[in-house]
Amino acid sequence: MSAQEKKESLIKIENMSLEYGESINSTLALKNIDLEINKGEFICVLGPSGCGKSSLLKCIAGYVKPTSGRVLMHGEEVDGPDWHRGVVFQSPTLYPWMTVNENVEFGPKMRNLPKAEIKDIREYFLDEVNLSGIGGNYTFELSGGMKQRVAIARVLANYPQVVLMDEPFGALDALTRENMQNLIRNIWEENNTTIFFITHDVDEALLLANRVVVMSSQPGEIIKIFNVDFTNQIFEKGSKEVIYNEDYFEVKNEIMDIIHNQID
Amino acid sequence: MALNNNEEDNKVANSAVQTTNQNISRKTPKNKKNKTEKTLTFLTWGFIFFLWYVITKLNIFTPTLLPGPARVWRAFLDILANGYNDVPLWVHLGASFKRLFVALFFAIFTAVPLGLLSGYFDKVEAVIDSVVEFYRPLPPLAYYTLLVLWFGIDDTSKQVLLFLAAFAPIYIACVSAVRKLNQDFVLSAKSLGANQKNVFFKIVLPASLPEIFTGVRTAFGVAYTTLVSAEMVAATSGIGWMVLDASNFLKSEVIFVGIIIMGITGVIIDAVLRFIERRLIFWKGHI
Repeated sequence: MSAQEKKESLIKIENMSLEYGESINSTLALKNIDLEINKGEFICVLGPSGCGKSSLLKCIAGYVKPTSGRVLMHGEEVDGPDWHRGVVFQSPTLYPWMTVNENVEFGPKMRNLPKAEIKDIREYFLDEVNLSGIGGNYTFELSGGMKQRVAIARVLANYPQVVLMDEPFGALDALTRENMQNLIRNIWEENNTTIFFITHDVDEALLLANRVVVMSSQPGEIIKIFNVDFTNQIFEKGSKEVIYNEDYFEVKNEIMDIIHNQID
Repeated sequence: MALNNNEEDNKVANSAVQTTNQNISRKTPKNKKNKTEKTLTFLTWGFIFFLWYVITKLNIFTPTLLPGPARVWRAFLDILANGYNDVPLWVHLGASFKRLFVALFFAIFTAVPLGLLSGYFDKVEAVIDSVVEFYRPLPPLAYYTLLVLWFGIDDTSKQVLLFLAAFAPIYIACVSAVRKLNQDFVLSAKSLGANQKNVFFKIVLPASLPEIFTGVRTAFGVAYTTLVSAEMVAATSGIGWMVLDASNFLKSEVIFVGIIIMGITGVIIDAVLRFIERRLIFWKGHI
């Protein structure tokens, strides 16, 4: 599918490395990362814990400056966080002193959008994450899955050019997690969002992404990139048929092998 | 067929959403003590009063050393009716509380911004922190004489003394609040487009409120204790002065009345502060 579509490059990571700590005690978290994120893509980064997936996300978000190499967005070097790159954290960082509405409105308010527009945006995205009725509640009154949905709505409310997600469903139970995966897939489809998604769950990566980046641990390097199409197939066939398919097993096994080799 | 399947998936997801919507838990007052604990507190005070009564009844000490409950109660009624030293009780209390609250007011409005700035900017901390750490452990009476010399013997010197006593706990609480701040709050705000000023006022300040409030309550306690010291030097009113004056004339029942009033007002003010805290920082513990 991607062959016919015109790819528009959004973020380009060039020969990036990241070192933590001072010269003698330093650890190399990321090594020679080259990656391009195109508009409308759903990229999943997969790897064992401690492989530097989160570090990669922090570099793209602008939280951490790479030791060498560059992160470019539209050809300009990323310098600190800004609202064009929204971030969904593993544990939702909703502000407990604000209601759900105020949390979702935070981004647009910071950008001084007109009041009426802020309200429209808030209503649209709360509806998009199936939470339209609870805007007046405080965030600590919500369940884990609902919190994460508010966090997603809050990020989307800014219409960021890319949404960076750091294991957003890692702390959720299996059932909620599946609902959330369907939700994010639908949002991605409907809004033509670009998503950069970190996970350690092979199934999650395969069911969501159209590109799966498999990383090695210490130092974190990109081993292989898989172009997959299961997420689009799910729109047509539903998830069950896709999962119990030979193609799916083949790719999954190959990825599993790579990861197991890493751990041994 | 394929489309149907997809729709069903969505339906399942939607109904799951609706059921969770109804399960939103409401705020419950967790701070309320349970029944057993209340009874225990009540019994403890009953026992203390009983012990007091028995000891005075057995005449182990002379009434001058340990006045009985009845004697103290009579002294209380007398002070209530006629005042102490021809000054009504509420004037004494009012004088004390004016000093206390003026000092606390200025302490809050200086220590909070300075403390938050110190936590935020290392350079501000480098200027203020060592000074606070230097004077904080000093006994108030050690420098009170100097304050009297500089600010006069009136209320100003007392207010400055209480201000200094209250400043340190609030300042320290604010610094630590900013230091302990969940950095993801700040990062997420920046990624949502907040500038430095917005991060400070919309994120850092509210996130620090729980600790600021604990600091204010500590400061109130410290200032209240210092109050008696402040009223020892050349005061003619105030609840602390009343106790000290009574001790000069060995009016032990007045000392008792004063101490009990100080204790109860302290508890009441702390309860009021906690009430405000619960209202203002309803999300405490959910951060």
